[in-house]
Amino acid sequence: MSLVLDMALCALILGVGLATVAGHGVFRAVIFFITYGLLLAIGWARLGAYDVALAEAAISAGLTGVLLLAAHGRLRRLRAAEEAPLRPNLPAALVATGIALALGWAWFALPDPTAPDLTAALPQSGVGNPVTAVLLNFRAWDTLLEAIILLAALIGLWMLARDRAWDNPLGLRYHARAGGVMASFGRVLPPIGLIFGIYLVWAGAEMTGGAFQGGTVLAAVCLVSIMADVLPAPRIAQPAWRLALVFGPGVFLLSGVAGAVFAQGFLALPPELAKPAIVTIEAALTLSIAVTLVLLVIGPPDEGGQDA
Amino acid sequence: MADIATYVLTGLGLVFFIAGTVGLIRFPDQFSRLHALTKGDNLGLGFIALGVAFQTETWAQVAMLLLIWGLALLAAGTVSQLVARAAVSESQKP
Repeated sequence: MSLVLDMALCALILGVGLATVAGHGVFRAVIFFITYGLLLAIGWARLGAYDVALAEAAISAGLTGVLLLAAHGRLRRLRAAEEAPLRPNLPAALVATGIALALGWAWFALPDPTAPDLTAALPQSGVGNPVTAVLLNFRAWDTLLEAIILLAALIGLWMLARDRAWDNPLGLRYHARAGGVMASFGRVLPPIGLIFGIYLVWAGAEMTGGAFQGGTVLAAVCLVSIMADVLPAPRIAQPAWRLALVFGPGVFLLSGVAGAVFAQGFLALPPELAKPAIVTIEAALTLSIAVTLVLLVIGPPDEGGQDA
Repeated sequence: MADIATYVLTGLGLVFFIAGTVGLIRFPDQFSRLHALTKGDNLGLGFIALGVAFQTETWAQVAMLLLIWGLALLAAGTVSQLVARAAVSESQKP
């Protein structure tokens, strides 16, 4: 029975993947991409990788989907998305097939990876979830760089803004009728989403969850509030938003330096302090991840009707 | 007994999902499609959640299923309203 389910899931993933790249029109491709991410999340869950499944559903399907939809909306307003008739792009198809073949070859040619046994090291890490232990203790360096990359991406996006638009509210202006559907939704959802997002971060220390998954949920809550006109649109100049952006990487870096001064080395956590340190870093990172994602999705400052 | 209830209820839920999907494909305009989709899927998800509830071990799991259904109802209702409003304003444009 579960074999039938898995086969159907594989067929669906492949079919939806094909529909994404071979689809007709940008909008349809985006919708198929979101569906693809959700199906992949189910696939990861079937493999028992619940942390990856959560990240896939929240970040790849949810957040990237919203980013792509927003990009499509902008393109449509600029009338740049006039649907060109789809011609088979032979070079791209060749390169993609080549990469797929090379990956397939590598999959069969490489020896079975010997994953390091975490059971001996896990008690030293301060947390019970091996994924969190790797992300924030054993390979904290990678996570620190990831957090900084997110910030760099946002700065890159802001560089697209024109000087005179710099002080404008970020993103498009959203209109929500007072007392309308969107305004009510923007008031009902945030309390539930806030609890869920914070729970995901807190639970991440011992079981499935973590800063990225929780941060994405919190970002979604914040976006809904902004779209429903419950929260005012942020501006680049506001110090609170800027502080929130650098808070996570800053706390992470400070703890890394503290590790270099007081413990064995940069980013090293002494086992007896590991748990509080990881929870603190995760909480700070969650705030910064959430705010960075919000600002990435709502985009550069509005230029005031120029592209309306 | 619980298994039979699960089979019947999830089966019923699937029927509603299929009906909603058929409506989405066959109905002529956006509003009737939205109607078919949200009505069918909300009821379908409700029946499936009810069916799965017979397999739970604790009341907390039942509460979680109820929460999932409630959140899905909230999201689907809101989104269908917003899509319908967008469709109205789109059709009123010259």
